[in-house]
Amino acid sequence: MSNTHADTVAFVRDTMLPQQEPPPSSVGAVGWARANLFSGWFNTILTFVSILVIGFVLYEILSWVFSPTWNAGSLRECREILSAGGEATRGACWGVIRERWIQLLFGFYPADLYWRPILAFILLGVALAPVLFADKVPSQLIWFSAIYPFLFPWLLWGGTIWGPLSALAGFVIGYFVFKALSEVTSTLIGIIAAVVAALLWWLVLSGYVVDALNSILPIGIQAVESRNFGGFMLSITIGVVAIACSLPLGIVLALGRQSDLMIVKYICVGFIEFVRGVPLITLLFVASVLLNLFLPPGTTFDIILRVLIMVTLFASAYMAEVIRGGLAALPKGQYEGADSLGLNYWQAQRLVIMPQALKISIPGIVSTFIGVFKDTTLVSIIGLLDPLGLSNAIRADSNWNGVVWELYGFIAAMFFIFCFSMSRYSMYLERKLRTGHR
Amino acid sequence: MSELAIDREIDRSKMKVSDEVAIEIINMNKWYGTFHVLRDINLTVNRGERIVIAGPSGSGKSTLIRCINRLEEHQAGRIIVDGTELSSDLKNIDKIRSEVGMCFQHFNLFPHLTILENCTLAPIWVRKTPKKEAVETAMHFLAKVKIPEQANKYPGQLSGGQQQRVAIARSLCMRPRIMLFDEPTSALDPEMIKEVLDTMIELAEEGMTMLCVTHEMGFARQVANRVIFMDQGQIVEQNEPEEFFNNPKSDRTKLFLSQILGH
Ligand SMILES: Nc1ncnc2c1ncn2[C@@H]1O[C@H](COP(=O)(O)OP(=O)(O)O)[C@@H](O)[C@H]1O
Ligand SMILES: [Mg+2]
Repeated sequence: MSNTHADTVAFVRDTMLPQQEPPPSSVGAVGWARANLFSGWFNTILTFVSILVIGFVLYEILSWVFSPTWNAGSLRECREILSAGGEATRGACWGVIRERWIQLLFGFYPADLYWRPILAFILLGVALAPVLFADKVPSQLIWFSAIYPFLFPWLLWGGTIWGPLSALAGFVIGYFVFKALSEVTSTLIGIIAAVVAALLWWLVLSGYVVDALNSILPIGIQAVESRNFGGFMLSITIGVVAIACSLPLGIVLALGRQSDLMIVKYICVGFIEFVRGVPLITLLFVASVLLNLFLPPGTTFDIILRVLIMVTLFASAYMAEVIRGGLAALPKGQYEGADSLGLNYWQAQRLVIMPQALKISIPGIVSTFIGVFKDTTLVSIIGLLDPLGLSNAIRADSNWNGVVWELYGFIAAMFFIFCFSMSRYSMYLERKLRTGHR
Repeated sequence: MSELAIDREIDRSKMKVSDEVAIEIINMNKWYGTFHVLRDINLTVNRGERIVIAGPSGSGKSTLIRCINRLEEHQAGRIIVDGTELSSDLKNIDKIRSEVGMCFQHFNLFPHLTILENCTLAPIWVRKTPKKEAVETAMHFLAKVKIPEQANKYPGQLSGGQQQRVAIARSLCMRPRIMLFDEPTSALDPEMIKEVLDTMIELAEEGMTMLCVTHEMGFARQVANRVIFMDQGQIVEQNEPEEFFNNPKSDRTKLFLSQILGH
């Protein structure tokens, strides 16, 4: 083609070119290394320096991690083992993890009942499957997910079977009140009446009913008190409950914030701004100390339940703002499309708006989840024995006085596993939900 | 903007205007804040009419047809659709919306649902049609707009013209008695405009009552039985297409036509 003269403008191609392989130096491992590691002398130097630094750091860390102290019974024994090996006192003291890992996982939960939290968390996986991987498991499993929230506390705390059943009954009552009223009046009135009826049942009536049923038919398992809860079991319990409850609450708050009804709107805005304006620690102190002052003397209001409520409220305020961002990102046309088809407000929200808003908000939602899960360590400050609280208790033992890195390293690794899994899941979900090319 | 080259005879046998009134708008006024966007609109649409609404940008065309299914609320006057007056009663509004189909400039398909789900959503949830029947209806109308093979794709995977045809099919699945179009071809490339207009022509041939805001003057000339020209929130002129194009009365209409037809 090079014989095309500059002055001949007209050009017609007579043979089409076939597709050709790219040059070998631009593909494969060689191509990759050339493009990413050795493109130019400066990048080549950087590559070698980086490899040296990484190698040095890895050597230091690994030689600390691989230390033969698994069977040591105290910090002193660890030091002896290490100095016998001739390596001075460098190296981790893993004896503490061997001796205390069960405690870091379960706190002071009765050892013969460990199967209950273990079963509860295995079933948690089963209950989550239809929610997380909806297309890969049978859809009937969702019924198990629906009753799991009542099974979970029963397995952990034990006690009479009538407790969780009456909690479930509250939802059933609410549902029927809603069903009956929303037909004759509006959906909003139906919802309000349903909430009032359910609260009435839980707070006033259910106590008597449970006592009565329990005296007739005492079915139950051994009860475990909240002060025996601890370790990762406690963190996961608080994290899972707060995560599961804060999402629906956050959706309600986000919708309320956009509501045309003045009162609903300002209640939601007020709640969100207040909760976001105070540190979680403050709320936890309110839960542990102040609430006692307001409750009538003699009432027992479980400390873990109080913490759960506070952490959930805290998380839901953040969740509401994340979801509001998703709602704001939706074009107005989506609302109009739904309206023009005759969908009412709730149908439009549930079928058109929320699925898209939640999808947009997935990264923010999962960040909030991860934040909440890590914030559960703050409960150690009000005296609950989460892993951090336990690590202090373990160090108070004269055998392990002075062990720091090993405990924190173990706790950090456990948290990392959970948080990293959540983060990977969110990426998987985003990929799966991506529709269309734009 | 250009004249539409319709390459086939239009079958006018079913395009009959009946005496029955489909939409009646009486002394309707609307404001956005203090801005008087629609001024004293009076319009009666009979069943079977094909009305094209034209006018410069910002003249209130969209607002007018959006008032008919209450996407916008009017503040004075009356709008009666199919014998039901638009009031603030929610039940009324949902009833009218489910009987008046609407297509938008930007399609407004639901991107998280497949084409088929887009089409069955409203029949299942609003009309309470059994799912199987809704799917059959949807496939019928998707075949009618000539894209049944795309039923399981997502809107984002379709071209603009295909998306707009899906939007039309989605409206038709609700079996509307009136269809509103707000510039359905304005966001499309020229080669796709024709496929959408073809679909609209077929709809007209079946006797659908249609109100179209469009700049496709060829469509207006050949399909409409009445052209309405709006400017500054008012109906300035309306006439049969022949008269409207060949013999416009008002100066504003003449100016508009000379700009849009490029004479
Ligand atoms: N939501 C709104 N709020 C305030 N003004 C609006 C709104 N929507 C449209 N308008 C104004 O109303 C006028 C008519 O708009 P529209 O009906 O969209 O015109 P057209 O469709 O004829 O181009 C325009 O001047 C526009 O700026
Ligand atoms: Mg417009």
